[in-house]
Amino acid sequence: MGITSGNNPPVMLASLDNLVRWAQKSSLWPMAFGLSCCAIEMISSAAARYDLSRFGMEIFRASPRQADVMIVAGTVTKKMAPAVRRLYDQMPEPKWVIAMGACACSGGLFNTYAVVQGVDKIVPVDIYIPGCPVRPEALIDGLIKLQNLVAKGDRR
Amino acid sequence: MNTERLREKFGSLIKDIYTFRGEVTIVLDKENILQLGALLKKDSEYAFDFLSDCCGVDLFPQTPRFCVVYHLYSMLHGHRLRLKAFLHETAAAIDSVTSIWETANWHERECFDLFGIQFINHPDLRRILLPDDFVGYPLRKDFPLEGR
Repeated sequence: MGITSGNNPPVMLASLDNLVRWAQKSSLWPMAFGLSCCAIEMISSAAARYDLSRFGMEIFRASPRQADVMIVAGTVTKKMAPAVRRLYDQMPEPKWVIAMGACACSGGLFNTYAVVQGVDKIVPVDIYIPGCPVRPEALIDGLIKLQNLVAKGDRR
Repeated sequence: MNTERLREKFGSLIKDIYTFRGEVTIVLDKENILQLGALLKKDSEYAFDFLSDCCGVDLFPQTPRFCVVYHLYSMLHGHRLRLKAFLHETAAAIDSVTSIWETANWHERECFDLFGIQFINHPDLRRILLPDDFVGYPLRKDFPLEGR
């Protein structure tokens, strides 16, 4: 991107793709839902102390129709799995998924009959954040990594 | 709670009665659960009007394999009592006590869900915690932790 100015008002030149990606990465709207303890860390990430909004991804939406990032914050049980998949399906394209914490990444310590062994078994995941639970700094780092991914236009 | 007094009143329905650290437990035959439960609730001396919990136990590899435990509480007197009924694996069924304590409905469903114990005449005996299409009873000791 470049900005030129002369006698005329400034004009920004960029490829359309880059502009679109810049817009997408600069206002990621996560969906507001949590499944267990990681959700508490996600909430504190958005609150005053860690303040996600510094990086432009603070608008947690209550409806999947308005969201483009799904942060799977917590343990996905087999009974919850159809609901998670349905929420994912209800989100408009383009959309990204973050698996937050050990449980969402791999089932965590719950290697049992009741728990899905990693949310990537039911939805495609772009970013995996380890931790039990994930600290807000790590979640913010994960979201920034997602922004970089979006800016590059890479999809897994 | 006086075990002698209990034995005197309900002796014919009681198989065994013992006290451990001040907690009284009655062991009974499963056929008598409805009768004894109703009596304990109705009797003004005991007035067990609240079923705090009803749960299952898998004692594998012992026989009888299963045990259903009822924890009773009296709002009136503030005292507690535990009832135990042992069930054989081949006949893991007991009468539902929902007709006495309405709250038994969900407790018994949970017990059915996780142990596969049948509750006869239960108004709505289906899974409560696990998905409806789940196969097996995961709190049984021969159920693999990671599922089948």
